[in-house]
Amino acid sequence: MDALVAQLQMQFRDYTISLYQQGFLDDQFTELKKLQDEGSPDFVAEVLSLFFEDCVKLIGNMARALDQTGTVDYSQVGASVHQLKGSSSSVGAKRVKGLCVTFKEYCEAKNYEGCVRCLQQVDIEYKTLKTKLQDMFNLEKQIIQAGGIVPQVDIN
Amino acid sequence: MTRDIAEDVPNLAESKLTALVVDDNFVNQSIHHKLLDRLGIQNDVVCNGKEAVDVHCSGRNYDFILMDMDMPVMNGIQATKTLREMGIECKIAGVTTRADEGEKKEFMEAGLNDFQEKPLTISKLLSILHKLNFYVQT
Repeated sequence: MDALVAQLQMQFRDYTISLYQQGFLDDQFTELKKLQDEGSPDFVAEVLSLFFEDCVKLIGNMARALDQTGTVDYSQVGASVHQLKGSSSSVGAKRVKGLCVTFKEYCEAKNYEGCVRCLQQVDIEYKTLKTKLQDMFNLEKQIIQAGGIVPQVDIN
Repeated sequence: MTRDIAEDVPNLAESKLTALVVDDNFVNQSIHHKLLDRLGIQNDVVCNGKEAVDVHCSGRNYDFILMDMDMPVMNGIQATKTLREMGIECKIAGVTTRADEGEKKEFMEAGLNDFQEKPLTISKLLSILHKLNFYVQT
């Protein structure tokens, strides 16, 4: 059992570190983990769940705003991008936030093709992050079920 | 590698501080609420500037307010101005992702006591509390 726990803990450490190294997560995610405690053991998962709901809503708004036949209201698109930039920044979703920065520039330049490209990319990116984090949370569950403790991972 | 981070977070529950979180974004509401909870600060959450004004009109008071800038119905600048005009003298800290100096100046001039860029962290919140004289950093 101890060998299994040790193996899972090592897998979890390596996977978590890879998410930071590949730019999916940044320090703000670490800050969220600091807030998780015995009183709220699922805090990070809950906040991330709110974030992904935000992604669906805001990306939907952006798609509708860009789909207008006639003149696109870029300020409307930009408002949703600004919101998503804020949420992604708050949870440490580094790649999503980076895309939002570029997306905002295209909105300001009223660049339709640029906006559509960013919309597609941001949609892919949040879904990729969601899958990666689900895998990470599953590893945590496996460690606990095997009788172990989820290790704190030092990123630096 | 396994430093207990919980030991580094001060507990201010004895100070019996109260705070109001004003933010339209559910992710930020959740994080700011938890940050304050973690420091032992009782707090309420509202979704925009108008709700912040209404809650004060109903007689509630807080030691400090964490005020977002961009919100629908009534934004943070207008809400801060309105609260000051109502005679609300509690500390207000503006929190926003906007770093533009002009916008920051406009927000400060509305009546803020402090300003921090989002995203908020434990150390940024402690910095706010220190600036507002609620906490002495060691």
